[in-house]
Amino acid sequence: MTPRGKDFLNIADTSKEEIEFLLDQVPVYKEILSRPIKKVPALRGKTIVTLFYEPSTRTRMSFELAGKRLNADVSNIAVSTSAVAKGENLKDTIRTIESMEVDAVVIRHSQAGAPHMAAKYTKMSVINAGDGAHEHPTQALLDLYTILEKKKTIKGLKIGIVGDIAHSRVAKSDILGLKKLGADVTCIAPPTLMPPFMEKFGVSVEHNLNKVISDLDVLYILRLQLERQSKGLFPSISEYINLYGIDKKRLGLCKKDVLIMHPGPMNIGLEVSEEAATSLSSAITEQVANGVAVRMALLNHLLGGN
Amino acid sequence: MLLLRGGRVCDPSQNLDEVLDIYIEDDKITDIQKTDALERHRPEPFVSLEDKPREGSLKTIDLNDKVVLPGLIDMHVHFREPGFENRETIATGAKAASSGGLTAVCCMPNTNPAIDNIGTVNFYRQKSANASVEIYPIAAITKAREGKELTEMASLFKEGAVAFSDDGNPVVSAELMRRAFEYSKIIDAVIIDHCEEKSLSSGAAINEGYMSTLLGLKGMPSEAEVIQIYRDIALAKMTGAKIHIAHLSTKDGVELVRRAKKDGVKITCEVTINHLLLTEDSLINYDTNLKVNPPLRTKEDALALMEGLADGTIDALVSDHAPWTYEEKEVEFDSAPFGISGVETLVPLAFGELYKKHKMPFEVIVSALSYNPAKILNLPERTIKKGSRANLSIIDLNESHVIKKEDFVSLGKNTPFDGKIVNCKINMTVVNGKAIQRD
Repeated sequence: MTPRGKDFLNIADTSKEEIEFLLDQVPVYKEILSRPIKKVPALRGKTIVTLFYEPSTRTRMSFELAGKRLNADVSNIAVSTSAVAKGENLKDTIRTIESMEVDAVVIRHSQAGAPHMAAKYTKMSVINAGDGAHEHPTQALLDLYTILEKKKTIKGLKIGIVGDIAHSRVAKSDILGLKKLGADVTCIAPPTLMPPFMEKFGVSVEHNLNKVISDLDVLYILRLQLERQSKGLFPSISEYINLYGIDKKRLGLCKKDVLIMHPGPMNIGLEVSEEAATSLSSAITEQVANGVAVRMALLNHLLGGN
Repeated sequence: MLLLRGGRVCDPSQNLDEVLDIYIEDDKITDIQKTDALERHRPEPFVSLEDKPREGSLKTIDLNDKVVLPGLIDMHVHFREPGFENRETIATGAKAASSGGLTAVCCMPNTNPAIDNIGTVNFYRQKSANASVEIYPIAAITKAREGKELTEMASLFKEGAVAFSDDGNPVVSAELMRRAFEYSKIIDAVIIDHCEEKSLSSGAAINEGYMSTLLGLKGMPSEAEVIQIYRDIALAKMTGAKIHIAHLSTKDGVELVRRAKKDGVKITCEVTINHLLLTEDSLINYDTNLKVNPPLRTKEDALALMEGLADGTIDALVSDHAPWTYEEKEVEFDSAPFGISGVETLVPLAFGELYKKHKMPFEVIVSALSYNPAKILNLPERTIKKGSRANLSIIDLNESHVIKKEDFVSLGKNTPFDGKIVNCKINMTVVNGKAIQRD
């Protein structure tokens, strides 16, 4: 058994052993989810709050379902309808939630480091559900699990991550997790969407997708945020699609057993075409399904009694 | 009359390092004599400064090998008044500076209104009249620091402004900067230059590099500083005016200044204690007390700054004291303002860390905190000799001191050095003959 911390803030500070321990637990929860009555009393009496400062469908719902299926009470705070809209700051919001005897708070925030800050001010477990361009650690866990499920191992796999690496918290967590488990990672993006010092993360940097696409075991496509174009980071959507979009033709250049992944929400027809997203190679819906089981494993790890 | 007996007097400007007795009358040093070896370890007489001395009586303070330095100067502080008195006032800032072992400070003009008019310069003069440190205002280069029209530099200078700077709003137009340099020659004043090409740095929170990628924070590249240093060295060279680069933070910046000095440009520069002792690696926990502008850079940069200070490329050591309230700093990292409250930690860190731990030559530190800034800004000289003004800083290098933010006199408690133990304790300052002892 690995030591469990109070919080789950990033993959950078999560050990390989803890990641492997969590991934090992996932099948237990997948089995629960396959039952007609998908509920166990592991976290009965525990209370979890989701505090989302940014819109989200799958991550928030996934945490909510994970908590409920472990019998925890789950309450959701959407910031637009909360006291935050009246000017309450993060520190006060956290103290307010804590005063209602809550055990864990799941935070999504547009600013990097916000969950770290929250964790400093509270005894509750803080789980990072995505902060700015920093990390999205539970997404990394579910991505790692999905790859493991499909490919049986991660060590030595050639994994390409294509798209806006510079602004992607998903890319960051995935890269850190994949490297800890021994994958061979290539980041593919125009230089304007590639952050500095990627080599220090132990990954290869590539600007030409076609040069590496046929070697990849996994092709991980990142969401392209359209406002990046107006900021001068790439000249046009159509040029981006030409250079980095994954469509049926580009899929044809891939290995036969390539795995296509995307964290969602997708811009269909932009970074990924409908055909590529729904092809037999695609694991995109499995990623979402695995998300619930992975988060159950994490919540029970942090909050469960033993 | 005051006698400071048996202190180790260090004044690099005259290669002085001896145990001496200093006699002070009014605001002058009237005599300096070798300490009588037999007198040195005599127990301290029962004299406290609170006792009102009789006219003509001699008050003796035994220093027992404490180190007596020329009055130390911090040439880059923000005292926030007028306009932001919840963060700091001239009174609280001056008390804090004094408690930090300083005898003079130079205040940046990013106040509201800015120090861009005679009224505000006079306001500073009045507020400093009875302060425990000398306070010198730095006036703005342009009105309201907007980078559009020059201030009345000659009049402001005559009223007591010691230099000109638009501080954190660097003058964007190269044409206007050229004119500012040209015009400053009327009074032979120095322009203090915050070098930041904002189109490269806007929205950024920390240095651009490995840490900005790891933490997902927007980075400002070294080049944002280097580009403007390069531009303004060119303009200073072209005009023959005096330039002083504020808070140098990059290796390439040090190299540019080094070369410009060789080329005969009238250039000086400063470094903050923060950029010498801290690097971007310390940001790992998103502590907003480490958010400064220019940002903390890499180990390589800090090393280049150390070398620059040691070899004389960098002239002055400053705090860039930037006090903020708790409420302003205890927010998400991107929302937090830039700055460290540093006026009380500059001297303890300079001698306790820079000298004792990092082996920076003692005389380099003393010069960078006294003789050099006085020379750059044409302030009353910082030397310890018969007839000179009695401005002294006295420190104890045999006692350790715990930096505690709750003990700060400054309203700004935003320090990353809270809890740090340093081997330097402030003992006393003498400002124009007036001694202020610390316990």
